[in-house]
Amino acid sequence: MEAASLPAALELVAGGGAGLSPEKRAALGASLLLLQRDYRFERVWFWGCIRGVRGAYYIAEGLGPDRAAPRSRLYSLDCVEWSLLPPATEEMVAQAEQLKGRFQGDPAFEYEYAEINAEDAERLFEDGKEPVIKEEARLVATIEQIDRAVGVIPRGAFVKTPLGSVHENRNFEGLSWTEAKKLSSYFHFTEPVNLKNKTLLEKALLDPSTDFLDSLEHDIPQGSWTVQLEKGGAVVVLRSLLWLGLVFYHVPMTKQYGYIYFGTGEKNLDLPFML
Amino acid sequence: HGPYQPHEPGYGLYQPGYSPYDDQIPDPKSRMLAIQNAKAYLLKSSTASGLNLYDHLANMLTKILDEQPTNVVDIIENISKDVKWAQFRKKMDTLRDEHEILPTFEAAEKRKALFLKANGEGDEELEEEIGEMPLPNVMETAFYFEQAGIGLSKDEYYHIFLALKKLITVQPIQTCRFWGKILGLEMNYIIAEVQYHEGEEEEETEEEEVIEEEGKGMGEDEDEEKEKEDEPPKSTYKPPPVIPKEENGTGANKFVYFVCNEPGKPWVKLPSVTPAQIVCARKIKKFFTGRLDAPVVSFPPFPGNEANYLRAQIARISAGTQISPIGFYQFAEEEGEEEEEGGRGRDTYEENPDFQPLSVAEMVDSLSTWVHHRQSILKQGRCVWLNPFQKPEEEEEEENEEEEKAEEPDELQQEIGPPLLTPVSEDEGIQNNPAWTAQSSTTLIPQYAVAILQSNRWPGAYAFASGKKFDNIYFGWGHKYSPENHTPALPPPVQAEYPSGPEITETRDPTLEEELAFKAAKEEALAASEEEEDDEDLVEDDEEEEDD
Repeated sequence: MEAASLPAALELVAGGGAGLSPEKRAALGASLLLLQRDYRFERVWFWGCIRGVRGAYYIAEGLGPDRAAPRSRLYSLDCVEWSLLPPATEEMVAQAEQLKGRFQGDPAFEYEYAEINAEDAERLFEDGKEPVIKEEARLVATIEQIDRAVGVIPRGAFVKTPLGSVHENRNFEGLSWTEAKKLSSYFHFTEPVNLKNKTLLEKALLDPSTDFLDSLEHDIPQGSWTVQLEKGGAVVVLRSLLWLGLVFYHVPMTKQYGYIYFGTGEKNLDLPFML
Repeated sequence: HGPYQPHEPGYGLYQPGYSPYDDQIPDPKSRMLAIQNAKAYLLKSSTASGLNLYDHLANMLTKILDEQPTNVVDIIENISKDVKWAQFRKKMDTLRDEHEILPTFEAAEKRKALFLKANGEGDEELEEEIGEMPLPNVMETAFYFEQAGIGLSKDEYYHIFLALKKLITVQPIQTCRFWGKILGLEMNYIIAEVQYHEGEEEEETEEEEVIEEEGKGMGEDEDEEKEKEDEPPKSTYKPPPVIPKEENGTGANKFVYFVCNEPGKPWVKLPSVTPAQIVCARKIKKFFTGRLDAPVVSFPPFPGNEANYLRAQIARISAGTQISPIGFYQFAEEEGEEEEEGGRGRDTYEENPDFQPLSVAEMVDSLSTWVHHRQSILKQGRCVWLNPFQKPEEEEEEENEEEEKAEEPDELQQEIGPPLLTPVSEDEGIQNNPAWTAQSSTTLIPQYAVAILQSNRWPGAYAFASGKKFDNIYFGWGHKYSPENHTPALPPPVQAEYPSGPEITETRDPTLEEELAFKAAKEEALAASEEEEDDEDLVEDDEEEEDD
């Protein structure tokens, strides 16, 4: 969620019981601004917090002029000092998917491969590396996975220019009440996967400037999002059941929206059994 | 087209010097008169419909000019008809802008109702209640948890506060606590943990006994029913005995829980939990939908609906994560008969008036400064072990009587759980991670820090301690953490059929020839034996009975 609207936004997502202490909030208010200055970001988003066993990571993302470009990610252990994370690679993501269990809270912690293919082990030994993964890499991979899988924006909030870059839509006044309750009005804020598979008839109804992303409607498994009205119906809150802890909020008919993650950073693979 | 021949009317008009209208009245004055006559004629109302042509034409032209349809001249007759039809419709537009009654308004009404003081409650009742305040100070707890970044927004807390107050006025409650919030798919649950006054509980037990009779029932009922139906062969299958649930006020049913979906909605009481439900709840993992009457579809089939599943999870979470600083609670000293109880352990505690709080640093450093003050639930599903093979004639259920199991197949081992008030450091960890994570709320200002514990086994369970104050709370989805993926129980293997052998295999019925042959052979044998022994009269009816 936007760093500027962080205090109000935290109030709106507090329905899940997770939030930030006043100390952290105050620290973030100052340090996120400094991040924007130091790294020359156009926008800074507070992504959320991954709780480890011994400590927690606070994550921020910085966006450049093209909002759909890969975002720079930073982490901090205390919301004051931030460190840049390396960009995520497919290899990192694949390796991190094999890891299970909680994050430890120490970025230099090394996981050992419990079960790996014999080929991978040989390949790694040849390279001279040992089959360990640092928690930092796992962190990067997890954030990338979460963003890819469940990063959400409302339809119409971003527009794609004919040149291909993506900007915020200044004319976005919020979704209406009926639209806000439907999953089809929310998009994954990542490279679209299903868009090209749509039939020509469906594509004819889309508006290429706003409908350039996948909607949440066809997520597998169906029912992996809960849509609720909280605060007596004033806020629409979407919670992901695949990555427990991801919360998206939107106040209909206003420009307020955002998503944040408060959780342990583990995918909920039991989802099909739990529905 | 035009008049070309002189005899056609209007011929002379197209000659130069004449205007086409010259065949009509040329004189201006009389032309005006003619116009007026024409207009008067047009304005004449029809005797049949009451319309007049002048107005009709005016309406039609207005409509055409407003709407500007294409190819008007081709559809002019239809337009005329439409205008005439429009006579019969009400002049008002049927599509009116209705004020949308948003569901938010209704919700706001309910919340407003919380803020109103109930009628009839004067200040007199308030004075009585100030003595014993069952209402917890929710805002204070909220403040402490907020220091750790845990909790709901302030308005929601306040609404819950008021809703709890309402609950207390309605029900005879001795102690009340905000237990936490469990998230669901459609709606969430807000849960209050409550203890009734001493005498009030009996009403509830009567209701529950009625419900129990409709349900599984005790073993005695089953035996009686079997004796009545004596004709068909009684199956010798005895289902495993139903372990009776614990009495209200003890063990897993020590507290009563009320839930509501949102503050402002009425509180619903959750039924007591039975051991079977707890045992089954351990094997399944399901999201809550938010409706208490929703069925829980699972394998093994859960005995109950969502209200029971919720209650079972609440019982498990409470038993596993309700902790307090060491020394806050102590055992009551009246129970000197500990030796007779055997391994039962104590299940009551009281506040220690001489409690000396430890510093926050100490509370955070070591987990042994925290103790569980709720009994843990045994494998059986109860907090206090019960031998289910007791003969039901005995009314008192005494533990440790293992001699009564003369006919029963298995010997059950008595299950003993950790005794009450064990330190939290003895909790099993998960895969090298401790069961609890202890943190101080702030490192910058240690004088006013609050010690916070987060549970790793039940993610979402938190506890704080600061000075003499402490509390537990739960915000989460209601599931236990398991590092391995959840594997549901497999269906039981297909039961083997009775092994077929010659004893039970049906033999083919003998054919008529075989029977006659057998009969003949037997008669011969009889005749042979008759000759030997003249005394015996063999009844030949036996053989004739083989006619099937």
